[in-house]
Amino acid sequence: MRIETPLARVRGLGSAKEGTEHWWMQRLTAILLVPLGLWFVAEMWLLVMRGADHAALVDWLQGPVAATLLILFSGAMFYHLKLGLQVVIEDYVHHKPKKWALLIGLSLGCLIAGATCVYSIIAIALKG
Amino acid sequence: MDKASTSKGGGHSRRPLSPHLQVYRPQLTSVLSILHRMTGVFLASGAAMLCCWLLTAAAGPDYYAWSIWFLTSWAGYALLFIWSFCLFYHLCNGVRHLFWDIGIGFSLRATYNSGALVVGASLGLTGLSWAIGLAVYFSG
Repeated sequence: MRIETPLARVRGLGSAKEGTEHWWMQRLTAILLVPLGLWFVAEMWLLVMRGADHAALVDWLQGPVAATLLILFSGAMFYHLKLGLQVVIEDYVHHKPKKWALLIGLSLGCLIAGATCVYSIIAIALKG
Repeated sequence: MDKASTSKGGGHSRRPLSPHLQVYRPQLTSVLSILHRMTGVFLASGAAMLCCWLLTAAAGPDYYAWSIWFLTSWAGYALLFIWSFCLFYHLCNGVRHLFWDIGIGFSLRATYNSGALVVGASLGLTGLSWAIGLAVYFSG
């Protein structure tokens, strides 16, 4: 028995075949982001207490734990962000050229932003 | 059959459709559901800010001053406050989703209770975070 609609059969699309990976990675990054998100907020307040100037930020990021956790936080965040916004675009944007332009922009934007964060953190951590 | 009852993607299939969302009275469950998505989308701008903040810091104190100028403006403080609420809400409701994923809390009663808990927890965490942060900042 076929459970797809006649139109879907004609279009030959079928299932996307990659839903599990998307769903799983969204959960995996979410689990990682729960403690990291709370840690990040706490660290931001501690940084504000120390003046939040450039010297205080450099001093904080030159500890190995802070730099590693912030790399993990920004990496998991931009991955999670990409997966989340991808679904939002797929749900609301039905004009195909616009949809694909947004999806490509989202993927590349998150990749560039994530790489920028990782580079910046390492650059600050190793500057001393 | 009238046009409204034909499925958009199914071509000539004539299955009934549920009415549009605006027809229904807003409920805690549906409002929290769309709020999860809205806070998620808004947090993307916070992620962009984090990226700019780190990049300017890596570029040196002169560039870092731009980030500090923006973040300590009225718009910056307002954004930081909204970002903090969005983060706590998205985090708390995200944990609610993770419990659903392992099959816990699916009854109607549990769904409403966990929803109320998420609202209370996210408002509480936002208030607590700013209260502690500002108290320590002004005392030290």
